[in-house]
Amino acid sequence: MRKKAISRILALVVPALLSLNSPVFATTGQNEAPVAATAPVAPASVEAPVAAPAEAEAAHAEGGEEKPGDLIMHHILDNHTFAFEPFGEVHLPRIEVAGYDISITKHVVMIWLAAILLIVIASAAGASVKKMSANQAPKGVANVFESLVDFISNDVAKPNIGHGYEKFLPYLLTVFFFILVCNLLGLIPYGATATGNVNVTLTLATFTFIVTQVSAFRAHGIVGYMKHLTAGTHWALWIIMVPIEILGQFTKPFALTIRLFANMTAGHIIILSLFFISFILKSYIVAVAVSIPFAIFIYLLELFVAFLQAFVFTMLSALFIGLATAHEGGHDGHELEASGHH
Amino acid sequence: MLTSGIILLEGGLLNPNPGLIFWTALTFLIVLVILSKTAWGPILSMLEERAKGIQSAIDRAHTAKDEAESILKKNRDLLAKADAEADKIIREAKEVADKLRADLTEKAHDESRKMIASAKEEIEQEKRRALDVLRNEVADMAVKGAEKIIRTTLDADKQKVVVNDMIKEMASSRN
Repeated sequence: MRKKAISRILALVVPALLSLNSPVFATTGQNEAPVAATAPVAPASVEAPVAAPAEAEAAHAEGGEEKPGDLIMHHILDNHTFAFEPFGEVHLPRIEVAGYDISITKHVVMIWLAAILLIVIASAAGASVKKMSANQAPKGVANVFESLVDFISNDVAKPNIGHGYEKFLPYLLTVFFFILVCNLLGLIPYGATATGNVNVTLTLATFTFIVTQVSAFRAHGIVGYMKHLTAGTHWALWIIMVPIEILGQFTKPFALTIRLFANMTAGHIIILSLFFISFILKSYIVAVAVSIPFAIFIYLLELFVAFLQAFVFTMLSALFIGLATAHEGGHDGHELEASGHH
Repeated sequence: MLTSGIILLEGGLLNPNPGLIFWTALTFLIVLVILSKTAWGPILSMLEERAKGIQSAIDRAHTAKDEAESILKKNRDLLAKADAEADKIIREAKEVADKLRADLTEKAHDESRKMIASAKEEIEQEKRRALDVLRNEVADMAVKGAEKIIRTTLDADKQKVVVNDMIKEMASSRN
């Protein structure tokens, strides 16, 4: 078995080593060919229609046979086309309402895909749970969902929020599973990580912000909320404390936004960079020895990070809600917050 | 480093996109509403129900354990009591037996003593009777011997003399 595998690798590597320089010539040749072809044609035909392709070619040439950085960004950023590389691409519709661009982009499609998947699977789990009696062991999807729901409710929501945590469970559970499915969809081929887009994470963090503020108002009333902003300090310090506390209300969702977005983007940039190393060096050896093993490693890491970041987002949301709704009796919330600032 | 930073800024990694924000918010809210009804509701209520079931099962197990312990204690008490009772019975039985034995031996002693006494008396009586018989026999034999002796030495003349003497004597005494 092993001998066969080694001979196969050798069969791949040896010709690559022998013709190490030939791909370089091939690519440059290909790049030059269209330019050379269009150049003589351009003056012959009408000048107006040629201007556009010429510009495109110029941009292409300026990009220097496509910079890896641009390609990576192209893969990570939102897009109006959904590319299935060798098979072609789907152009997504552009919609504009009242001056606002609400086009269906690649990330919107991924979000919808995640939403549909989540609704179908979770509803199936809910239906199967509804069917069975309480003292029956759960099976399959219901079992997976039940253990995760139990984890979120008993190990995340309950210790962080405390009394009255049941109200926030639907939000926390939806956030957790929504982020998890979005993260995982980014790991399948042709997929895109919607949670790697700062707009998406900003929206989710804004929901946490709204839930936090509303629950704080409900728990303390307007007077209690204002008192919360003074952090229980002497009135002379209010001029410093109040702005800091108000700023603190906004840094929390901001941290949530950046954490999720950066984590999801970074992993993809690393995987793509590892692949592009082999393209930059134009070597099969690097591809086999470095790019693929390291990319597989990072991929597995990403799989872990997908769960971890979904958990962290949910956990911190629960923590912020818990801090906001902490009752006057429990001043430990304030102390925790204060120690966080130092 | 510098180039990657420029790529980040130029590439629009942080570009705001109101359309995406709108769609994300809409989608998320729809998912939240649907899943609250179809998934989280039943799963959470089932979890709560199961938690309650487990709690009640634990409570029941505790009460059963307490009950079993009390029963065990009762049993142990009963066993101890039974042991004590048995000990007492054995002790009493032993006492009774000892007493009985003592009585019996006493009685046996008495009996034997009585028997010995009666035997002795009988022996005495027998001895006396034997002595009487012996004495009679001896007397008879002596009489028979004396008779034989007398018979051999007795003759008429002497008899007459004796009788005469006797008559004389009687006559003299009557006077």
